[in-house]
Amino acid sequence: MTVPAIELKGISKAFGPVQANKDISISVAPGTIHGIIGENGAGKSTLMSILYGFYKADKGEICINGTKTDIPDSQAAIAAGIGMVFQHFKLVENFTVLENIVLGAEDGGLLAPSLSKARKELKELEEEYELFVDPDKRIDEIGVGMQQRVEILKALYRQAEILILDEPTGVLTPAEADQLFRILDRLRAEGKTIIVITHKLREIIENTDTVSVMRRGQMTATVKTAETSPEELAELMVGRKVLLQVDKVSAKPGKPILEVENLRVFDQAGVERVKGIDLTVRAGEIVGIAGVAGNGQSELLEVLGGMRPGQGSIKLNGEPLALSGHGSDGQARRAQHIAHVPEDRQREGLIMDFHAWENVAFGYHRDPAYQRGLFMDNAALRADTERKIEKFDVRPPNGWLTAKSFSGGNQQKIVVAREIERNPDLLLVGQPTRGVDIGAIEFIHKQIVALRDQGKAILLVSVELEEIFSLSDRIAVMFDGHIMGERLPHETDEKELGLLMAGVAEEAA
Amino acid sequence: MDKMPKWADVVLIPLISLILAAILSALVILAIGENPVEAVNLMVTGALGSTYGWGYTLYYATNFMFTGLAVAVAFHARLFNIGGEGQAMLGGLGVAIVCLYIPWPHWSIALLAACAASMLFGAAWAAIPAYLQAKRGSHIVITTIMFNFIAAAFLNYMLVNVMRPQGSQDPATARFPEAVHLPTFQSMFSTAENAVFKGAPANISFFVAILACFVVWALIWRTRLGYEIRAYGHSETGAVYAGISPVRITIVAMLISGALAGLMATNNVMGEAERLVLNSTEGAGFIGIAVALMGRSHPFGVFVAALLFGFLYQGGAELALWTSIPRELIVVIQALVILFTGALDNMVRMPLEKLFLGLRKGAE
Amino acid sequence: MDIFVTLIQVLDSTIRLATPLLLACLAGLYSERAGIFDIGLEGKMLMAAFFSAAVAAVTGSVWLGLLAGIASSLVLSGLHGLASITFRGNQLISGVAINFLASGLTVLIAQSWFKQGGRTPSLFGGGRFESAEFPYAIGPEDAELTGQPVSELMSDANSIHMVYSELLSGHSILVYVAFLMVPLTWWVLFRTRFGLRLRAVGENPAAVDTAGVSVVGLRFAAVAICGVLCGIAGAYLATALQAGFVKEMTAGRGFIALAALIFAKWRPWHAMWACLLFGLLQAIALRFQNIDLGGVVIPVQAMDALPYILTVVILAGFVGKAVPPRAGGEPYVKER
Repeated sequence: MTVPAIELKGISKAFGPVQANKDISISVAPGTIHGIIGENGAGKSTLMSILYGFYKADKGEICINGTKTDIPDSQAAIAAGIGMVFQHFKLVENFTVLENIVLGAEDGGLLAPSLSKARKELKELEEEYELFVDPDKRIDEIGVGMQQRVEILKALYRQAEILILDEPTGVLTPAEADQLFRILDRLRAEGKTIIVITHKLREIIENTDTVSVMRRGQMTATVKTAETSPEELAELMVGRKVLLQVDKVSAKPGKPILEVENLRVFDQAGVERVKGIDLTVRAGEIVGIAGVAGNGQSELLEVLGGMRPGQGSIKLNGEPLALSGHGSDGQARRAQHIAHVPEDRQREGLIMDFHAWENVAFGYHRDPAYQRGLFMDNAALRADTERKIEKFDVRPPNGWLTAKSFSGGNQQKIVVAREIERNPDLLLVGQPTRGVDIGAIEFIHKQIVALRDQGKAILLVSVELEEIFSLSDRIAVMFDGHIMGERLPHETDEKELGLLMAGVAEEAA
Repeated sequence: MDKMPKWADVVLIPLISLILAAILSALVILAIGENPVEAVNLMVTGALGSTYGWGYTLYYATNFMFTGLAVAVAFHARLFNIGGEGQAMLGGLGVAIVCLYIPWPHWSIALLAACAASMLFGAAWAAIPAYLQAKRGSHIVITTIMFNFIAAAFLNYMLVNVMRPQGSQDPATARFPEAVHLPTFQSMFSTAENAVFKGAPANISFFVAILACFVVWALIWRTRLGYEIRAYGHSETGAVYAGISPVRITIVAMLISGALAGLMATNNVMGEAERLVLNSTEGAGFIGIAVALMGRSHPFGVFVAALLFGFLYQGGAELALWTSIPRELIVVIQALVILFTGALDNMVRMPLEKLFLGLRKGAE
Repeated sequence: MDIFVTLIQVLDSTIRLATPLLLACLAGLYSERAGIFDIGLEGKMLMAAFFSAAVAAVTGSVWLGLLAGIASSLVLSGLHGLASITFRGNQLISGVAINFLASGLTVLIAQSWFKQGGRTPSLFGGGRFESAEFPYAIGPEDAELTGQPVSELMSDANSIHMVYSELLSGHSILVYVAFLMVPLTWWVLFRTRFGLRLRAVGENPAAVDTAGVSVVGLRFAAVAICGVLCGIAGAYLATALQAGFVKEMTAGRGFIALAALIFAKWRPWHAMWACLLFGLLQAIALRFQNIDLGGVVIPVQAMDALPYILTVVILAGFVGKAVPPRAGGEPYVKER
């Protein structure tokens, strides 16, 4: 048996109360492509950042080529022959390709010799690995695919023998992704060791030699790719979870409440995040959007909630909604009886430094019921808060505490209480139970189902398949800004959805 | 989870910062060969030992309340308005125009009009930086600094070339007519046998300032607008979620801030100088930054901090009169307060947070 | 000829007035290019002006004065670094505090040391930077030799000789230092490893960090250079442009330098032209009061305000957008 290029032994890392990595051990043979797969937040990126010296592990050790190596900072990682391509590129946008490659790896104080040497070596590297870039173009003039090549070249220029790529295809088109894997093949042929972190099954199956699966901070399995199947990996990735049973009668969908037609959403950088989707949600049904985070679900929800602009048409009860994304669209949405439990309660749904009773009005602070003449009727607000705290069993039942003093589950209850008690025609729900304890999950699920049973339309976005299954009456899977397909929960299973979520087209399933 | 109790954040941190600033100031006084204890004694007698001293202390405090409130309101929307100085200068122009060119039957009506004019002028001067920040992303700190200088040049022009009375060499307006002179504390509180606040500039606008504290308190903590300003200041993404327009809040908060800074002119221009002179603001716009930082942007805190700075200013003037310590000592103290309560906040905060976390763990 | 003489004299005074602006502007350029906003240029200059004048007055050596000025400015830079880099505080508030600290301390110490109402004694002889006379330039020596005043000699000379003598020759050494700093800064920024890293840390500190270079170290280095240049700027004010320190003698020059920096969009050569422009405005305002342009009178105050107005226009992005270094003003925290 050859000496592993990388061996991690018992790595643990916590960020405050969050255990991002728990006792992780892994061994990667030299000259192979090793995949690490797992859901969002499984701890993959943290693990690799530890390997690159960006974070310090609380426990455990790292061996490179059989030697125990301390990696306190990126400098040490580079010295140990490790290169990393981060998910968000670490490039200086207004520098040229050449300058970015040289940065931190210059020879001597003057730039000119470093640059000309780099230019020469770059040419050699380009030819050796077929990694062509224009060294004199500025980063903001080239596409993301090119930028990624620059990151790879940066690592190679520093003589990296081990290359880590974090979600490398997240921002690439399928063609660019294929090209990337051809480059990685080439690198492997030259004897480099490569670790690819991804959540896309297809990439793992098609390109890696071995694969490790991570779930909730732990390494659940390491297998040879040739000896596994997408189905097995999907199962390992999402886990055989005990379905939380939500008592619900079958849905009686009524007239369409929400009709989305050809919706396109571009982010601030001009990247298309939602690529022309159609979606209908009827009265009395819960439509669940499944998908790995970052495939356009968030943007869909935000456009519906009036938080960002979009193109296309959205109708509520047949009336078109404004898609300008101006700051006050959120108010218009509420006036049209759309309630919104946002994905990130700490940054969006709540003002963490506000008292609970102030947060109960958040978004509805212009409601006449909360006004008394010129002022806000704080007494009415507090009375309303007390009612909601009791009804939703928020603990501790004290409206004077700031939002940040509540646990995640109780914070979420405050948000859900605020939105559901509005009795909206359409409820938008994003990750309703992220970071929420089991008891609260059950409670929140019941409330959502109860609203459905009153004949309201509900659009649920969740990365938790389990949640999608237990709540949805209809499931749509989003991948790369598209809806890959719609399924009825009793006619599908986690494996099939897992494949759709990973972008594997229907015939493959 | 809160890292430490609220009282520690609101009272303890400013207090420690103040003590640090005081210790350093004492060292400075020692270094220039004076006795800090004696200096404090002199300041206390000079500023608080007589109604005359109080009359000056409260006069300065009035200025600082207005400018402190101005900075505080902007802080609530997470905007740093350094332009209080310029806005207060323009407020003075508004007051001068109202007082000079309109014949007022009584000071009370004139005061109302002067309030309106000073607020309008101050707000107008804040409007352009506000618009540029909200719509074009021009950094409000830089634009408001620039507007301070533009205001100074503009005022200089108005006083030298336009409003200066014929034959006068002084770059100042004519004296305001008798009818618009505001009642001073002397005329308000002296009795026939007992003259108090004699010759001191404190005047009725002190009560306008207190009223402004209440209004700002009500605005920030009791109205919908205040709710939106605070929400936006805490979290811009949250504001967008709740349908609170960042553009609108930025502009509105800056207009209110500018109006408050402008209001200061009712005290220093209408109440004290009774004419508009060059550099009438005397840096009060900047002291507002220290006052707001120390008062933790709460109107009551601003009130207390303004009193403290009023005391420092009057005490410092007395000190300069009786010792060789110049008035600039106060500027040093002011700088130290801004440094510790503002820029070095983390230096005071981090060890305290650790301490409280440790205490809590110990209690569990 | 008269107009020509006046023009030359105004340009000469432009160079003198632009010098402190240019030094402070380049100081700010280093700091802000590294991602540390500095509105405390004014305070650092003022502090340096006082200490250079004070030490020069006491020791009689302007060079010791210069060193003292630089050292005092460096102390304030260190404070700014401590607040904004180490403790990740608000860079703008720190700058404000530094301005006040300098404004108060200078007068306080001046009064304590010299008891002249917050000024230093007037500097003369070795306590001041002499003007450097170029060979063949008309200067005070010629005046002594011929017994004629310099101005007469000047107006008799031909125009090239006049430009040479008045514009190029006869400035203090610090003027030449300031203008040499422009190509030097350009060279450091764009031709050296340090410059590459400095610019990178102001744009994307994460890129520098992952490339294995210390963000904190680079930023402190930038802040220190800023301190040195502000120190020279202050020393120039008190020991070359004028002969001694007076209260608030920087008179907003730190802010004009900041305006010039924005106007120049953080580029060294442009900074020089911006400072010359703003220096010219000051020179015109000094020499003429109100300017009559064919019936329209431009008041002197408009000249005073023009640098600030121009900066606001630039900031508003109506005439080419001024985009500051991307990471400017933000303390660097490794993302989770």
